[in-house]
Amino acid sequence: MPLDQSFVGRSYPPTAPYQVGREKVREFATAIGATDPLHFDPEAAKAAGYPDVVAPPTFPIVLTMAALKVIVLDPDLGVDYSRVVHGDQRFSYNRPVVAGDELVVVNHIEEIMTRAGNDFLTTRQEVRTTADELVATVWHKTVVRGESA
Amino acid sequence: MRFEQSQVLPEQIFQVTRADLVRYAGASGDFNPIHWSERFATSVGLPGVIAHGMFTMALAGQAVAVWAGTGDAIVDFGVRFTRPVPVPDTDEGTDISFTAVVKAADADFATLELTAVCRGEKVLAQARAKVKQF
Repeated sequence: MPLDQSFVGRSYPPTAPYQVGREKVREFATAIGATDPLHFDPEAAKAAGYPDVVAPPTFPIVLTMAALKVIVLDPDLGVDYSRVVHGDQRFSYNRPVVAGDELVVVNHIEEIMTRAGNDFLTTRQEVRTTADELVATVWHKTVVRGESA
Repeated sequence: MRFEQSQVLPEQIFQVTRADLVRYAGASGDFNPIHWSERFATSVGLPGVIAHGMFTMALAGQAVAVWAGTGDAIVDFGVRFTRPVPVPDTDEGTDISFTAVVKAADADFATLELTAVCRGEKVLAQARAKVKQF
């Protein structure tokens, strides 16, 4: 069944604040094989003008993937989660995420499209500090494979 | 490094094993069993355990960091996931190769177009990173 088009343009309230921890940044950087001291050493980060260690570029996914569940698990929208595939992903940064940031995610549904029996759901997520500074904007395209696809 | 228009950047190859997927699952919070359970992955029609798309994208970001010489260069980063990256349960796992061409460059920014290949097939499309020039 196609997704409910009336969800296009819908926005959601900010998620609960997420505290970016120094060890979490190090753990994520280690997991992706990152080596730049900016991700591990607060002194190196300070020398480059940051208040604390710098998260690698895709780190916001830790928050935004969790926040996306609010949408894809909304029974009224009708996504069959077992048929979900990750289509596209984009991040646009005002600045890198750094340890000590307290971040919220604001979800928006930008587009819902059906093509060849598959549904495409495009979300835009603003990653903001609790002081309302926009840190990054994140687009995620979810593909819901049709029954015949 | 400073990027120049049309510059071809040297290939980087990343080895990916099941242990890497487990570590990434923990670090990212994405515990979808298609990324660690052969039984589950095959039951939903996959050839076997596959890498997180976001892990492939993170490795692409790491490749950019190496080319740029710093981990904070990227200001815009987008990819399309076109094919899964199967990761066999062997000591070697699999390899993903990254190459890139500089599509545009000025004094402040450069745009890199990346190619990611696993077992002879492109696993990303429209993979672009806009980076600060240092």
